[in-house]
Amino acid sequence: MNYHWNWGIFWEISPDGAHTYFATLLQGTMWTLLTAAFAWILALTFGTIIGVLRTTPIPGLVRFANAYVELFRNIPLLVQMFLWYFVFPELVPREFGIWLKQLPDASFYTAVVALGLYMSARVAEQVRAGILSMPSGQRLAALALGLTLPQAYLYILLPMAFRIILPPLTSEFLNTIKNSAVALTIGLMELTARARSMQEFSFQVFEAFTAATIIYIVINILVTFTMRKVEQRVTVPGYLGSKPQAVGH
Amino acid sequence: MFSNFDFDVIVRALPYMFYQGMTFTATLTLLATTGGIIIGTMLALMRLSGFAPLALFAAGYVNLMRSVPFVLMIFWFYFLMPYIGQWVTASSQPLQVGAFSSCLITFTLFEAAFFCEIMRAGIQSISRGQMAAAQALGMTYPTSMAYIILPQAFRNMVPVLLTQTIILFQDTSLVYVISVTDFLGAASRVAQRDGRLVEMYLFAAIVYFVISLAASHMVRRIQYRVAIIR
Repeated sequence: MNYHWNWGIFWEISPDGAHTYFATLLQGTMWTLLTAAFAWILALTFGTIIGVLRTTPIPGLVRFANAYVELFRNIPLLVQMFLWYFVFPELVPREFGIWLKQLPDASFYTAVVALGLYMSARVAEQVRAGILSMPSGQRLAALALGLTLPQAYLYILLPMAFRIILPPLTSEFLNTIKNSAVALTIGLMELTARARSMQEFSFQVFEAFTAATIIYIVINILVTFTMRKVEQRVTVPGYLGSKPQAVGH
Repeated sequence: MFSNFDFDVIVRALPYMFYQGMTFTATLTLLATTGGIIIGTMLALMRLSGFAPLALFAAGYVNLMRSVPFVLMIFWFYFLMPYIGQWVTASSQPLQVGAFSSCLITFTLFEAAFFCEIMRAGIQSISRGQMAAAQALGMTYPTSMAYIILPQAFRNMVPVLLTQTIILFQDTSLVYVISVTDFLGAASRVAQRDGRLVEMYLFAAIVYFVISLAASHMVRRIQYRVAIIR
């Protein structure tokens, strides 16, 4: 293999003239995490609302929520990014569209919205599964005690549902981090994009991609480890997956 | 809003988008699914085998693939493939790998990790008694896997495998990052040539939506038909 390895490349100055390649990769990591974090807030908010709507006894709301999930699940993320970035500003009133296009960091906001809504459909599936996994007696008891339907969701169903679906939500969060790489197609300089541009300027393909891969793996391990700790604290005793309680007399 | 919407540009681009673009996307989806299921099943068998190095290798491979963005993996394979080709064929120059073979290998190897997890769940869903009975009848481990366990595991997992195929179909749009003309790539090329981004991207989105929605409804129907009645 006649490839020139040069692991010292990370400490050389990148074409921006001020930072080393290593520093540019770290900046990319920051954008990746920032995008994923904001998108995740959006995904949790919309996902919870839609997931709840799908379990309500009101047919119109259920149909609307089902359509929402099908819409965001059946279009590739990349196409959704393009729709928000290239198409959406053309379909809104002219002045608003121009304002959108001229926003600084437009690709960041677009990526957050596109990724957040895309992931919200998946979060909605989990929330719905979590609510449906509880015995229907919970809802009935809450309503029988005089709670209104919103109160039953807020105080009884959702707190339990979130404790049950925490593990799958963790992997959806990891997916959000990974999927943020798709935003490089609309010009967001996140980690994969930084590795790609490092490769273009320095010709050190494998060093650049190795560094990015390692950073992604480290993020993955940190998130998984943290969430494992959180999961241990909040698992519902008596459910599969919770630690068996010592049987005493 | 749609006053200057030009449907004609879509009509004119149809042959190009479907003959070139969709053919690429569909072929890639079908071949990568087939390859991915075969390699994924082998990985699952490795992960479940009692031989520790094999199990560790398979687990490491699956975890690596699952913790890295697909886009990054596409770049990895795209740049690595010529060198691997050179090493395999022992030539003096990095090997020229065509866009399609590069994509096919990338998708097969990447999706194999996900198919592995599905097949592993499928194999583990078969009751232990099946294996015990097979071996009691004198079958060897490979025979009982091939004739007793895998067919049942496969049947149980058909809906999940098909759902993963729909995800793979949507993922093929990511080959855009290495400028390959798949369905989205074709749409995007026409969009940029004619300055008609709104029409082309909306049309591409509708096509992906219709195909994925129809496929997922079909999966739901198949789910009822293949379910093993116990």
